[in-house]
Amino acid sequence: MLLTPMSILIDSSTRVLCQGITGAAGAFHTKGCLEYGTRMVGGTTPGKGGQRDANGLPIFETVHEAVKATGATATMIFVPPPFAGDAIIEAADAGVGVICAITEGIPVQDMIRVRATLDKYPNSTLIGPNCPGVITPGRKIGQNKYEGGCKIGIMPGYIHMHRVDAPSRKAVGIISRSGTLTYEAVWQCSARGIGQTTCVGIGGDPIKGLDFTDLLELFTADPDTSAIVMIGEIGGNAEVDGGRWLQQNSKKPVVAFIAGRTAPPGRRMGHAGAIVGGSADTAQSKIDALRECGVLVAESPADMGAFAARALGLN
Amino acid sequence: MKIHEFQARQLLATAGIAVPPGTMVTSVEEAHTAARSLFSLGSTQVVVKAQVHAGGRGKAGFVRVVNSIDEAVAASNFMLGNRMITPQTPPEGLVVGRLLVADAVAIAHEYYIAVLVDRAQRTNTLIASTEGGVEIEAVAESRPDAIIRVPLDPILGLQPFQARSVALALGFKGKAIAQAVSMVTKLCALQRSSDASLVEVNPLVLTPPTATHPDGQVMAIDAKFAFDDNALFRHADIEAMHDPAEENPAELRAQAFGLSYVALDGNIGCLVNGAGLAMSTMDIIKLHGGEPANFLDVGGSATEEAVTEAFRIILSDGRVQGVLVNIFGGIMQCDRIARAIVGAAQTIGFRVPLVVRLEGTNVEEARRILDAARVNIPTMQSATDLDDAAAKIVSSVCANA
Repeated sequence: MLLTPMSILIDSSTRVLCQGITGAAGAFHTKGCLEYGTRMVGGTTPGKGGQRDANGLPIFETVHEAVKATGATATMIFVPPPFAGDAIIEAADAGVGVICAITEGIPVQDMIRVRATLDKYPNSTLIGPNCPGVITPGRKIGQNKYEGGCKIGIMPGYIHMHRVDAPSRKAVGIISRSGTLTYEAVWQCSARGIGQTTCVGIGGDPIKGLDFTDLLELFTADPDTSAIVMIGEIGGNAEVDGGRWLQQNSKKPVVAFIAGRTAPPGRRMGHAGAIVGGSADTAQSKIDALRECGVLVAESPADMGAFAARALGLN
Repeated sequence: MKIHEFQARQLLATAGIAVPPGTMVTSVEEAHTAARSLFSLGSTQVVVKAQVHAGGRGKAGFVRVVNSIDEAVAASNFMLGNRMITPQTPPEGLVVGRLLVADAVAIAHEYYIAVLVDRAQRTNTLIASTEGGVEIEAVAESRPDAIIRVPLDPILGLQPFQARSVALALGFKGKAIAQAVSMVTKLCALQRSSDASLVEVNPLVLTPPTATHPDGQVMAIDAKFAFDDNALFRHADIEAMHDPAEENPAELRAQAFGLSYVALDGNIGCLVNGAGLAMSTMDIIKLHGGEPANFLDVGGSATEEAVTEAFRIILSDGRVQGVLVNIFGGIMQCDRIARAIVGAAQTIGFRVPLVVRLEGTNVEEARRILDAARVNIPTMQSATDLDDAAAKIVSSVCANA
C-alpha cells in the first residue's frame, strides 16, 4: 500500500520558509511546524540575514535569497500588518508557489492591490490572509510524532488524522473561513474515525487568496478526498458561488456549516468579513442556497462530524 | 470606525468637494451665533441636525429646517441634551450633545453616490443613482436599472473616462458636468486614500440655476464614512475623530484589552477564541433554546490579564445568568484560560453557573488546573464537547430562572 498521502497544495516534499521567522509568533510556529515534521528550510527577517534561528534554520534578508539558497516552494507569513501585503508580493516575485499569509489585520485597500498584482504571478497561490494556514496530515508514528505530513500555519497538528490511520479508511477535505471552528470540525471528524486529506483555512478577510470555489475544484480532483467539508459564515457570497460550482461540476458529497445565524445585522463579528449586510445577506439565505445546490448543511456546529460521516455512508 | 456628519463634511471639504457652509455646535448659544452668521451671509433657510451615529433622525424630529434665528434656537433647545430614539438607536436612545447648523441649500435634484469595497469584484466599486435622498436599498429593489455600478481598477482606481460617463449617466448638463466629474474623481480618491470601506454621499444635490451658476452647483449635503479599523495605524487624523461617547462602554473596555466583544440581548455570556467559533457558540446556544448575551472573541494571543478582563466584562452585564467558556486552543493555550478562570473566580467570583469546554493546545494541563480549583468554583461544570456544553449551560440557566 502506498503510504504517501494524497493531498492538495502541499505534501511531505514541500519546502517551507517562514517570513518573519524571528518574531514571537513566527518563531513559535516555525518550531511547531518542524515538530510536526514539516520540511522547514529557513526564514526571513530584514536585518538578521546570515544568522540562524533557535532551531538552527538559516535566516535571510530577502525571500529571493532564501528561495535561491533553500529551494523553498512554500512560505508562511507572520509579518506585521503594515508590511504583510508587500511580503506576499515579495514571495510571489521570488517564485514561491504556495503563499500562506497568517497575519491578521492587513488593510483591505492593501489586499485589493495585492490580489490584483498576484494576477501577474500565475504560479503562486495565496492562502489567507488572516487564516490558520493549511495542513496535509501525516501518519502518526508515536506520541505527538508524525511522518509524511506538512503543516504550514498555526493549527494544532495532533487533532488531525491521516486517512491510513483513520478507522474508516476514508478522508475528507476541509475548507474554512474560520480558524478555531476548523479545528472543531477536524476534531469532530477525527473523533469519528474520519481522516483528512488537506485542511485549508482560507481566512476571515473580505479580499483574500483561494476561495471556496478554487478549493472545491482541487478537492474534487483529488482521488483520496472522499467528501468535502465547507465551513462558512455570514458576509459575502463565496459559499454560494462554491455551491453553484459543485452543482455543475462535482459528484463528491459535500457537507457544510454556516456560522452566524444569530449575528445581528450591521455588526462586525470579529472577522473583517463577518458582517451581515442587506436583508438577503444572512446565514439562513446561505444555508438555503447551499441546500438547493445539493450540499448537506448542518444546523448545529456540533454536527459537522456526524454530517461528514453520513456523507461518507458511515452510519 | 464611524464618524459624525460634521466630521464627514470636513473630510469632503478638505478633499475639495463642495459642501454647504455650516458649523458644529455644542450649546444653544453657539447655535444662535452659527445661525445668525448663516442668515447674515444670505441663507434663506438653515438646517439644524443632531450629530449621532444613528439614522432615522428626520422622522424623530432631530433634523429641522428653520427660517429664522429664533427657530434655530428653538430647534437647538429641543435637540441638545434630549434623547433621540429611532429604530437604529438602542432602546433607551442616544443623548444628543452636538448639532450641525448649516445652510439649507435650494435643491433642483438629489442624487446618490457611494464608493465601497466590493468583495465579489475584489476591488472598490462606485455606485450612483439619480434617485437620491431616499434609501438606496429600496431603489435597488424597485428600480435596479436606476443604479449605476462602476468597478474601479484595483491598481489605477477611477479613470477619467469613467468619471465622465458617470456624470453623463446621472444626467448632468452644461457646466455641471465638469463639477460632477470633479466631485466623483475626488470622492473615489478620498475613499482609497482614507482607507474607507464605505463613503456614501446621500444626497448629492444640484442647486437651481442662478446668475453666477447658470447650470447649478453640485454639492454634497450629507455623507457617511465607515473606515477600515485595520488601516487606522496610518490615519492618525481620522482616528482622532473617534467619538467614544457613541460606543458601548463595555465594547470600548474590551477593545482596550484586544478583545472583540459585541453586546447582545440574551442572558448567557460567552467567552470563546476565534470569531467563527464564537459565532457558532452563539448559534448553538440558540439552537438549545438559550439566548447569547454577547459575542466575545478573546483571540489567539490574549494574556491571562486580558482573559480575566473578559470575564469581568461578561459578569458586569447584569442580564448574564450563566457563562459558557468554549476554547479550542491553537495559538491560545488552554492552560492560560484555565488560570484566568481560577483567577477570575478569586477576584470576581462566579455566582452564576459556569460551563467550561476546553480542547486543543495544553488541554491536559488546563484540566489539571481546573480540577485542582474545583472546590473553589462550585458553580463550574466541565463539558466534553460543544453540544454537551450548550446543553449544560442552557439547562443550568433555565433551572435558575
